[in-house]
Amino acid sequence: MFLAKVYIYYKTGVLDPQSSAIKTTIADCGFDKVSDIETGKFYNVKIDVADKASAEKVATELCEKILSNPVIEDYKFEIMEA
Amino acid sequence: MKCAVIQFAGSSGDSDCYHVCKNILEKPVEYVFYKESFAPEDFDLIILPGGASHGDYLRPGALAARSKVMKSVIDAAKAKKFVLGIGNGFQILLEAGLLPGAVLINKDLKFFSNDVFVRVENTDTPFTSLFKKGEMIRLTLACKYGNYYADTDTIKCLKADNRIVFTYCGENGNTFESNPTGSLENIAGIVNPAGNVLGLMPHPERCAEELLGNTDGLRIFESIVRYIERGKTHGIS
Repeated sequence: MFLAKVYIYYKTGVLDPQSSAIKTTIADCGFDKVSDIETGKFYNVKIDVADKASAEKVATELCEKILSNPVIEDYKFEIMEA
Repeated sequence: MKCAVIQFAGSSGDSDCYHVCKNILEKPVEYVFYKESFAPEDFDLIILPGGASHGDYLRPGALAARSKVMKSVIDAAKAKKFVLGIGNGFQILLEAGLLPGAVLINKDLKFFSNDVFVRVENTDTPFTSLFKKGEMIRLTLACKYGNYYADTDTIKCLKADNRIVFTYCGENGNTFESNPTGSLENIAGIVNPAGNVLGLMPHPERCAEELLGNTDGLRIFESIVRYIERGKTHGIS
């Protein structure tokens, strides 16, 4: 059994008004060292396969077909034994 | 002609669409549940209604786009049957790949619920033949994720092929301050290259009878009915 930690985030250039709003509040609260922030989504995915390469294959397919929308989002994941 | 209204878990515009087909247009209409399937020849017009299907979980329209009934909708679209996606139904068409692009959350992060003015940019589609080119109509918009986005090449292609059918505009025709969602190019609705799949964010079914004080949306339905019943060959031009 493997655990994939999947991160989905907007492609560069896609307007993310939520991040813009959070950034404004961060600045208002005095965090002057924080220069930027991006939002995204995170999923824990358990994958029942025998080896890590197979888990990566399943995770890639899952991200491309369901978890991300390639028009607006990119993805990355880490695989670990669970 | 025969109409279908697809019911996804959480659809809320389904009964309004059914009502328009049955009582206003006076055409045979059936509900099709998202776990069911149908054959391309079963229906002439398939409506994907509004309302946050599957709770808008994952992304708006993402789960509905992968449900069993959508395989039938895609087959019907390929067979040149007419598909109309309204609000969340538009988002489902985007997620299913029947139309290009995606939606983002509205630019001000708010659920927008009000009437909007929309300009009819292309009257050479089966869905808009009863409008005048450039005509401004009033429709109801109700959405949080109506901010249409596509990459630069896709936008160029949509413009070049005249596939941007509806754009947001002000009461005076000024588009500058009248885009409530932040959509690129003020896009409110687009059509596929074959001209048989239309998606739009505003709700024409809520503007389809005198009792509701607005019949601008009815003409979209009447256009498609006239087109189907005249049995014209399909396609934009």
